[in-house]
Amino acid sequence: MTRKAALVIGGGIAGIQASIDLANMGIQVYLVEKNPSIGGRMAQLDKTFPTNDCAMCILAPKMIECANHENIRLLTYSELDELTGHAGKFKAKITKKARFIEEDKCVGCGECAEKCPTKVNDEFNAGLGKRKAIYKFFPQAVPSTYVIDPDYCRTLNGKKCGVCEKICKANAVNYEQKDEVLTIEIGAVILASGFDLYNVAPLTEYGWGKIKNVLTAMQFERMICASGPTGGHLKRPSDDKEPERLAFIQCVGSRDIRHKRYCSAVCCMHATKEAILAHEHCPGLSSTIFYMDMRAVGKGFQEYVQRAKDQYAVEYIRARPGRVTENDENQNPVIHYEDTINREFRAEEFDMVILSQALVPAESNLSIAEKLGIGLDEFGFVSNPEGMTNPFGTSREGVFGCGFCQSPMDVPDSVVRASAAASKVAEVLASA
Amino acid sequence: MSVRIGVFICHCGTNIGGIVNVPEVVEYAQTLPNVAFTEGNLYTCSEDGLSSIRNNIKEYDLNRVVVASCTPRTHEILFRQNCELAGLNKYLFEFVNLREHCSWVHMEAHDDATLKAKDLVRMGVAKVSLLTPQEDLSTDVIRACLVIGGGISGLSASLTLASQGYHVALIEKKDRLGGLLKDINRVFPSNEPSSHLLDPLISSSSKHQNIDVYLEAELIDVKGFIGNFTVTLRQNSKTKELKVGTIIVSTGAQELQPVGSFGYNRFDNVMTQLEFEQRFKSDFDGLNRVVMINCVGARIEERKYCGRFCCITGMKNAILLKEANPEAEISILQRDIMACGKIFEDYYRTALEMGIRFIRYNVDRPPDVTGSDNVADKVRVYHELMGKDIEIDVDAVLLTTPLVPGEDNQKLSRIMRIPVGNEGYFLEAHQKLRPVEFPSDGIFLAGCARYPTDISECISQGYAAAAKAAIPMAQGQVITDAFTCEVDPSRCSACGRCVEICPFGAIDWADWKDLKGKTRSVAMVNPTECKGCGLCSSSCLSSAIKLKGFTDEEILAMVNTV
Ligand SMILES: Cc1cc2nc3c(=O)[nH]c(=O)nc-3n(C[C@H](O)[C@H](O)[C@H](O)COP(=O)(O)OP(=O)(O)OC[C@H]3O[C@@H](n4cnc5c(N)ncnc54)[C@H](O)[C@@H]3O)c2cc1C
Ligand SMILES: Cc1cc2nc3c(=O)[nH]c(=O)nc-3n(C[C@H](O)[C@H](O)[C@H](O)COP(=O)(O)OP(=O)(O)OC[C@H]3O[C@@H](n4cnc5c(N)ncnc54)[C@H](O)[C@@H]3O)c2cc1C
Ligand code: SF4
Ligand code: SF4
Ligand code: SF4
Ligand code: SF4
Repeated sequence: MTRKAALVIGGGIAGIQASIDLANMGIQVYLVEKNPSIGGRMAQLDKTFPTNDCAMCILAPKMIECANHENIRLLTYSELDELTGHAGKFKAKITKKARFIEEDKCVGCGECAEKCPTKVNDEFNAGLGKRKAIYKFFPQAVPSTYVIDPDYCRTLNGKKCGVCEKICKANAVNYEQKDEVLTIEIGAVILASGFDLYNVAPLTEYGWGKIKNVLTAMQFERMICASGPTGGHLKRPSDDKEPERLAFIQCVGSRDIRHKRYCSAVCCMHATKEAILAHEHCPGLSSTIFYMDMRAVGKGFQEYVQRAKDQYAVEYIRARPGRVTENDENQNPVIHYEDTINREFRAEEFDMVILSQALVPAESNLSIAEKLGIGLDEFGFVSNPEGMTNPFGTSREGVFGCGFCQSPMDVPDSVVRASAAASKVAEVLASA
Repeated sequence: MSVRIGVFICHCGTNIGGIVNVPEVVEYAQTLPNVAFTEGNLYTCSEDGLSSIRNNIKEYDLNRVVVASCTPRTHEILFRQNCELAGLNKYLFEFVNLREHCSWVHMEAHDDATLKAKDLVRMGVAKVSLLTPQEDLSTDVIRACLVIGGGISGLSASLTLASQGYHVALIEKKDRLGGLLKDINRVFPSNEPSSHLLDPLISSSSKHQNIDVYLEAELIDVKGFIGNFTVTLRQNSKTKELKVGTIIVSTGAQELQPVGSFGYNRFDNVMTQLEFEQRFKSDFDGLNRVVMINCVGARIEERKYCGRFCCITGMKNAILLKEANPEAEISILQRDIMACGKIFEDYYRTALEMGIRFIRYNVDRPPDVTGSDNVADKVRVYHELMGKDIEIDVDAVLLTTPLVPGEDNQKLSRIMRIPVGNEGYFLEAHQKLRPVEFPSDGIFLAGCARYPTDISECISQGYAAAAKAAIPMAQGQVITDAFTCEVDPSRCSACGRCVEICPFGAIDWADWKDLKGKTRSVAMVNPTECKGCGLCSSSCLSSAIKLKGFTDEEILAMVNTV
């Protein structure tokens, strides 16, 4: 009999937890992550509700456990090409994209990036900052190996440069490196591809992309995070001043038949958290959250919202703002809304406005679903035809889903789903 | 060999670095006795930080490591393992907490926090010098799991464990399996009869060769530790002993009965959602005008939490009523509608499209139910949008109440030494990353025993808890921490204080021959059961008990340096 093995696709908190559980059961795990590092969205967050643990502080040990576990083979910067076979006996083809850096040589010193002349918008920082063409995905990346972005690197695009190769004392840079294709045999697959952020630019009424002091929630998370582009300093993009009054607009693109009909499930809570954290950063600061229903349903969440009101100067107004304009004099965004209590139209000025944008299934779900041979629902989330009896199932036997790729859910729920999917895989492998 | 200490001081982003002057503490640490290397890290726990520890252990021949950062609760294992990777015995590591013990509690006093950080680091350095290498202990794990509670959570956990090849003892205090779901009529979001879901699970677990079901069984006692628990049950007034390696608690919860609110108990036609589901299965005759009041007994001062799914329960029953009789007038008085995730917003939209009215009420102006004799006939409520009171005629009033903690929680908490949180639900080891585990090893948690959740989530948690229970059983062995207590029999006066005080029952009497060959009874710690809490050692009047890793000498070295 071949050794019991499983493939996990997506190295966010869900994929990480599923991998660790399987590996601890003695199952060989291949963890495939398309980005240069595992960590997923949680790595981008500052702190996390409802306990305000620093996200990286609780995530980093898990990432490292994955990297060091004898039963886990990390395949970062890699993607699945093909899955053949059937439950208990699958074959997967995986492409490990060229990093143009030798993983075993790079010591992560970062001297190359310091000298690289090419600046690129930093996606990890939600576009708020720049990185170089040679870069580490984020400071605590696992693995900590650098990577060259082939879309921007001068040398790889036939221009004169070669700076990083000269600088690197470890001789790790290799412009000739090629993609590698691996074939592995596994008994079951878990998909944990997570989510992407809905593009809010088309919601022109809220002015994102036009009004400087209107940010998305993810941009805000990066801004207040110590390892983010401002080193954790909260400041207005227009003039670098510390804001005193923040507003959050909820359900931006969610619960909206013109955009996404469903509720993104975590934004009521993350807005509350961000307002609390902003107050901790700038003690005089107050926040106003414009919401439709305050969906604080998890363990300890109502208490969290109450604390925000009582201790962190957070005010909740039930309203769906119609538009946001800009005061030309001071670049303050102005929110126009109808007060649902006395039906008055109001316009209120803030220093910054944060949009709780809708969260959508990973863009890559369409192609990965096709390769896996599984169905998606109309939104692009993984569908589970067996419904409640098997909340982790997909339309293909032996392939399971967990985490945000199934439906919007927060970290605790994603972790539960991940362990549950691991149990399903163990069932398949036990009978294989 | 001389002691060579490496001290690694973490900024923890801004958590520590934003308050404590880390570079200053790093420089200070360099001046302490036996310190051969010091360094500050943005995140010592990142791969960068860890590899730096490993490299410097080799480069500087370090034989002791101090990390001054966050909390051992989440990070001690990681740093110890890291030392081990570099070939250093993992018990030659000392943790100094500069976050919870320093920066977070002195946010306003940067200078003093820095001074205190130096004190704490000095104490850590003093202690680490005295630490000695230790070896882990290992014990075998029995490949069987006890599942307590036969609702949907417990059934799910039992079935997956059984199909993975583990033995399961499923105990249920009632005379039937199924729990709450057994009393529920139809289930959202598919609105199919609950029996469609439940019956197959009940019959397969009753038939499964790996599952023993004990109905009308009461848990009396649990002794032992992960891998080797001895469980005592009472069934039909007979007691029975079982041996298991792991335990899953899935004892569920119950619906709140809102005694005295909104005419409950006073009017016959005022009932909870569950009572409604039991009273009217599919025949809703005479229910043409129904008002539901949400958040009864929830999200108030006495009971702050939200019942999570009860909004949807109400909606389900409203939809069923409306389907049976499209003319029926149904109003739901609500505070917020909790329709999270990808399915429930559509469910909510369906309800709205069917003509179910949702009226928001303010908790400070709650609705009022009136009637004559024992029949309610009107609900009056302040309509926020209209800005005035409105009156609705009713045939029945349904009160949407949250689940409340199971009545046995306190008792179970005592028997298994597992914690219960403020609201009375069981408290998990870590709210975010360990939602189905207890702090005590080998005991896990699933379903409404943790917090109200709907069926899909109960099933998920059942499976998740099963995965956690499967891990030690698959490994076959558990490793226990070497920092346990040890009795010096020559000093033991056999007073028995420690035997009584040990919360884990790890201390027992044993015969010991003294130097003169005389045998007497002394206290002995079973190291596999000892959790290293140190209660015995600090209560022993004869100073006969030593906690490894926290000996008197080590602690005094810390104290003396302050
Ligand atoms: C602004 C904001 C704040 C939040 N704050 C909190 C909070 O405070 N507390 C909380 O509990 N939750 C919070 N959340 C929610 C939290 O981020 C999610 O619950 C969690 O990240 C979901 O984890 P996941 O692993 O399912 O998905 P992800 O974190 O999205 O991980 C998915 C991973 O899969 C990879 N991947 C995708 N497709 C492929 C593919 N085809 N092949 C290989 N790899 C692939 C991705 O690169 C990614 O690494 C917040 C969300 C947002 C947007
Ligand atoms: C009115 C109402 C309607 C609902 N409708 C829906 C719906 O439509 N869809 C949906 O998804 N969810 C619904 N739910 C929620 C659903 O019922 C619960 O999520 C689920 O049944 C909880 O399962 P559980 O196994 O965690 O707990 P339980 O069902 O409470 O099971 C726990 C079991 O443990 C046993 N037990 C307790 N203590 C002990 C002990 N000391 N020793 C041994 N056994 C013990 C109990 O007797 C019980 O059998 C509804 C709930 C209510 C109240
Ligand atoms: S590629 Fe070379 S220079 Fe760049 S981080 Fe790695 S080792 Fe340092
Ligand atoms: S070769 Fe490419 S990555 Fe290297 S320094 Fe030049 S542009 Fe940057
Ligand atoms: S969680 Fe809150 S903000 Fe997010 S979509 Fe749902 S209701 Fe809107
Ligand atoms: S889920 Fe229950 S407690 Fe929460 S808002 Fe709805 S009715 Fe109230």
